[in-house]
Amino acid sequence: MLAVNFLLLGAVLFCIGVYGVIARRNAVLVLMSIELILNAVNLNLIAFALIKGTVDGQVFALYVVAIAAAEVGVGLAMVLMIYRNRRSIALDELSEMKG
Amino acid sequence: MMLAADAAQLSSGWFLENAWLIALIPAIGFGLIIAFGKKMPMKGSEIGLLSMAASTVLASGAAVQWIQRTDSADKGGEEAVGLIQAFGRSVPTVSEGGEVEPFIEPVVSTWVWWQNSGLEFGIGSSVDGLAILLLWLVAFISLLVQVFSLDYVRGDRRYTHFFAALTLFSAGMLVMVMAENMVQLILGWEIMGLCSFMLIGHWWEEYPNARAALKAFFTVRVGDVGLLVGTAIIFFGANQWAVDNLDSNGFNIAAIQAWALSGEGSHILLLMGAIALFIACIGKSGQFPLHTWLPDAMAGPTPVSSLLHSSTMVVAGVFLVARIYPVFWQGFNIDNGGLSFIAVIGGITIVIAALLAFVQDDIKKVLAYSTVSQLGYMMLGLGTGAWLPAVFHIFTHAFFKCCLFLCAGSISHSASHHSFDMKKDMGGLRKKMPFTFAAWIVSTLALAGIFPFAGFWSKDEIIDNVGNNGYDFLLIVGFGGAALTAMYMTRATYLTFFGEPRGAAAGLHDHDDFDDTHAEEHEMELLTVGAPEGPTAEEAAADAPRSLSAATNTDHHDDHHDDHHDDHHDDHHAEPHESGPLLLIPILVLAFLATISGFANATPLGEEWESIKKYVEPRPVEVPIEDYLAQGAGESLQLVMPTATGDALTADDGAKVCGFETPAAGTVCFFPAVTHAVPKLSKILAATATVVIAFAVAIAFNVAYYGRRNKHLVGLTERSRTLRGGYLFLKNKYYLDALYENVIVRWVAHPIAKAAYWMNQKIIDATVDGVGKSTRRTGQWVYDNIDQKVVDGAVNGSGFVASETGHGLQPVQSGKVSQYGALLFGAAAVGAIVLVIVNVS
Repeated sequence: MLAVNFLLLGAVLFCIGVYGVIARRNAVLVLMSIELILNAVNLNLIAFALIKGTVDGQVFALYVVAIAAAEVGVGLAMVLMIYRNRRSIALDELSEMKG
Repeated sequence: MMLAADAAQLSSGWFLENAWLIALIPAIGFGLIIAFGKKMPMKGSEIGLLSMAASTVLASGAAVQWIQRTDSADKGGEEAVGLIQAFGRSVPTVSEGGEVEPFIEPVVSTWVWWQNSGLEFGIGSSVDGLAILLLWLVAFISLLVQVFSLDYVRGDRRYTHFFAALTLFSAGMLVMVMAENMVQLILGWEIMGLCSFMLIGHWWEEYPNARAALKAFFTVRVGDVGLLVGTAIIFFGANQWAVDNLDSNGFNIAAIQAWALSGEGSHILLLMGAIALFIACIGKSGQFPLHTWLPDAMAGPTPVSSLLHSSTMVVAGVFLVARIYPVFWQGFNIDNGGLSFIAVIGGITIVIAALLAFVQDDIKKVLAYSTVSQLGYMMLGLGTGAWLPAVFHIFTHAFFKCCLFLCAGSISHSASHHSFDMKKDMGGLRKKMPFTFAAWIVSTLALAGIFPFAGFWSKDEIIDNVGNNGYDFLLIVGFGGAALTAMYMTRATYLTFFGEPRGAAAGLHDHDDFDDTHAEEHEMELLTVGAPEGPTAEEAAADAPRSLSAATNTDHHDDHHDDHHDDHHDDHHAEPHESGPLLLIPILVLAFLATISGFANATPLGEEWESIKKYVEPRPVEVPIEDYLAQGAGESLQLVMPTATGDALTADDGAKVCGFETPAAGTVCFFPAVTHAVPKLSKILAATATVVIAFAVAIAFNVAYYGRRNKHLVGLTERSRTLRGGYLFLKNKYYLDALYENVIVRWVAHPIAKAAYWMNQKIIDATVDGVGKSTRRTGQWVYDNIDQKVVDGAVNGSGFVASETGHGLQPVQSGKVSQYGALLFGAAAVGAIVLVIVNVS
């Protein structure tokens, strides 16, 4: 079934995104991986909307796109600040949040 | 059904409908004096004068309109006479002229300030003839006394407050007089009591004055308990009837009157209510045995004595009896000629007070006992069914007694250097104070009842009616009282105005400074009279120790009350002289009224002279309830005619008479049909002869005793044991004060005080202490256990737990972003797995 394919694609994208978030050291790449996760969720929302025959999921997907844009904006600003302070955006060198 | 109710218009008017202004203006005046008085050019006295003048004008207008109202009713009645006579029956309320006298509705305007479940409390004015009479009297006399006070208390340290209290008193009395319900009456009554207290104690820095004020207040309070109890009794008796029949309640005075005469109230209830209310009148109107406060109240300034304690406030008790007369009429069986409680008390009071007046050296105390005695006459009249003469006596007595007090004030102000002691500081003043002397003589003749002065028409009318109603013994008491009155007034007149000047009246200044030791000093002096100069010097020296003040060696414990420290301004008092115009004008106005006011109801001259009877006495006719309810204040009023069903009314037995039989169905009575004695020349002559003989005897005695110092008379009380005993008995005022203070207060109040103290210390304090101690213990325990262990433990414990948890979880916070991501997604994965398992299974 077509919807199941969409869900499978979403799951694959999600896993790739999770891998990217956990494994990548470059902060920009981590942000991009998060985008992948969000889009995987978007795919899932649209797939379920298709299955149920309503537009609710699609509306949600639009919201997620808008919020993702904002989130990337904030994330990139943080990365920029980190870069200005440290001349590096390697995440494994950052441990200021250690408790 | 022969209903002879003729519709006619009873005239009303602005003054009648707005009579409440008469009381409101002085009340506002009081507030203004208190607030701004001290800044005014005349220290606030002008506000008092203006408000009393306004009240007098309004009251005069209301009186005129009331007369018009009565006349309009009587004109309307003439047409109905023919109707009633056409049925060939006599109507009891037809007066000798054959004219039907309809019932005149009071003009009521009230404002309801509180209501609850149908019970309404209003305040406002209910104006009928009796109210009009008293309203005008109080406003007018207040005005005159305030004029007198302008000069009399000038320079006093509490000048403003004096006028404020006088004005407030007038407001209170006016409120009481126009009361439409008992609650308003009690309000006015208590305001008067408060003002009496404040004014008696006006110079409270001196202990006797403060003590007299307290004594007056507490003695009257004893009676006032009766007022509250009586009002409550009457309320519970009358309320249901009033609600059912008159759409009113048990506090409404008109409803109480109607209920008492309806024959539907239980007699025992009426009797109890009447006794309780009369006890209040005993206290307020200085009747035996609570009269003791009134002579002591003379410690106040003289204007206060003349306004409150002779002419207006003390007649409040008489007014109360006259106002709800049906209650007393039925309660004490006055209709059956029963010997009522009121008449007995009145009779006793007349005689005992008149006797006490003989042994007073203080001119104001003579007048005070005279007032008590005259109030006894009023009560005697009311108690024997002589309603009209008693009310008339209120009217005339106010003028001549107020005048006498003002004369006494004039003497002390201008001649005797603020002393009121007739024996020490007066004598021979008739040439030096001719106007005061003339006014005094006129008022004395009025008080004694000599034709044509006021008292002749009122007091003799009371005595005549007492005899006419069948009270033979009380008739003799009345005559005896009249004779005694003439005698003690002769004594006072002789000591004040005749003989040789003594003390301050002779220009001696032996006590310039008025301090607290003043009284005691004089008590120790056996002789203060007998001025060393003049032809009588030897004579005075001869029998010096028992000169005019021989009485000083009697040991009366409250002698210091007799001393009055009057106003303290120290202008020169070189020689006794006539008072100034501000003092004389009120005196002369009152003396003029004391001369002519008797003609307001000169019964012996014929019916056309009986204006008080016509305009003041309520008509004892049956009023149909529908008409009564239909009549609003000042609206188009139904003229009410006597009515009855046809068969109840025949030519023989006449109609039913209010107060003797129950009113016909559907009608109410508001006033009993009191009888009026037909004046006989023989009785008038007998009364006059009694008084004249008493005068003659008294003049002869006084001249012999005080003037010539007759050896047989002087010192008689020293020689004869019986006379001495009697003298001491009087001098000590029948030991009533001793009874009250040493017996009742000591044996009743002291144990109560002790018991109360014991209660206070052992029970209330112990309880409070115990509660305090146990509370402290509980608090300590709570602090030790609950606060320290439970609450603090919980707080510390949670902090400890949080700290330990934080330490335990510290390694998780590595600071590595990727590690956080792994944890997040791991947790999400675990959560997803749990969700799947839960949902699947």
